[in-house]
Amino acid sequence: MKLHIATRHALFAILELASHPERQMSATDIAEKFNISSNHLAKVMRTLGREGMIDASRGVGGGYRFAANPKRLNLLDVISIFEPLQAPDGGEAGDDTAEGRALRKVLSEIEDTIRATLSSITIDTMLKIVRRSDDGKGAERAVAALQSRRWS
Amino acid sequence: MPDDQPNLTIRPAIPDDVAQITRLDQETTGVAKPDYWRQQFDLAQRPENQQYFLVAEGEGQFLGFIIGKVRAWEFGSPPCGWIFALNVPPKLRLHGAGSALFEAVCARFRQAGVTKVRTMIARDAQLVMSFFRSQGLMAGPFIELEKDLDE
Repeated sequence: MKLHIATRHALFAILELASHPERQMSATDIAEKFNISSNHLAKVMRTLGREGMIDASRGVGGGYRFAANPKRLNLLDVISIFEPLQAPDGGEAGDDTAEGRALRKVLSEIEDTIRATLSSITIDTMLKIVRRSDDGKGAERAVAALQSRRWS
Repeated sequence: MPDDQPNLTIRPAIPDDVAQITRLDQETTGVAKPDYWRQQFDLAQRPENQQYFLVAEGEGQFLGFIIGKVRAWEFGSPPCGWIFALNVPPKLRLHGAGSALFEAVCARFRQAGVTKVRTMIARDAQLVMSFFRSQGLMAGPFIELEKDLDE
C-alpha cells in the first residue's frame, strides 16, 4: 500500500502535534523534523484545520495545535481526507464478466482488510507504536511500517 | 495498571458470576448462552486446562470479565495465550476495566510460560479491534479463512 505524499504529511503532522497536545508548532518546525516540503505541508495543515483535527493561531508565537480526541480519531479518518480507499463501484472494462466479478471479489477482500486495519488504529494507539519503535525517528518508522505491510 | 476505576480488582470468576456474565453477553450479542458460560467456568476450575476466567469488580460492582486459554500447536503454532471472550458493560467502559482484565490474563499466560497472546475479532467490530490495538496487538502471521459448506 502506498500513501499519497499529502497523506503522509498529514499523518506526520497529526502524530507530531498529538504527541505534545499542549504545544503549538509551526509548519516549518514539523517539516524540518520529517524533512518534507513546508509549502506542501502548509496546504495539508489548512485541510486538517478545516476538518477540525488541528487548531491554527496566527501571529508571533502562533502555530498549530492538535484539536481532536486521540482515542477517537483513527488513521482511516485522516487518510480518507486525502485519498479514496473505497472499492471502485464498477464500470471498468470486463467488470460484467465472471472473471471481472471474481477479480473484484478478491480485491474487495483486500480493501476490506485495509479499511478494518486503518479504522482500528487510533492516533493514541499509533503514538504507542511510535514510542515502541522510537529511536529518534519513530513517527517516520511507524508510517513506513504501515506502508510496507503486506495486506494479504 | 489503569486506575481510572476506583478500587478496581481482578479475581477468578466464582459460580455466582456466571449469571451476570450470561446477562451481559446476552445484552451485547442478543443470544443467551448460559450452558456455554457455565461450561467455560467449569473448564477454568481445572488447572490442567490452563484456562483463565477472570472478573473485574469495583466497590462490589461487576465490571466485566475475560477468558483466556493456553493452546498449543494449533496450525503449527507453538503454545500461546488465546483470548476468546472479553466484555465490559457498555456504560462502564473507558474506565480501565478492560485494560486491567487484559493485563491480568496476560500475567496468567506469562506464569504459564507462554510469550505470545492472540485473539480473533470480526473485521467490522471496530470498537473491539481498537481496544486490542490499544493494548499493543498487531496482525499476526495467520489469516482466518472460511467458506459456506453449501457452496
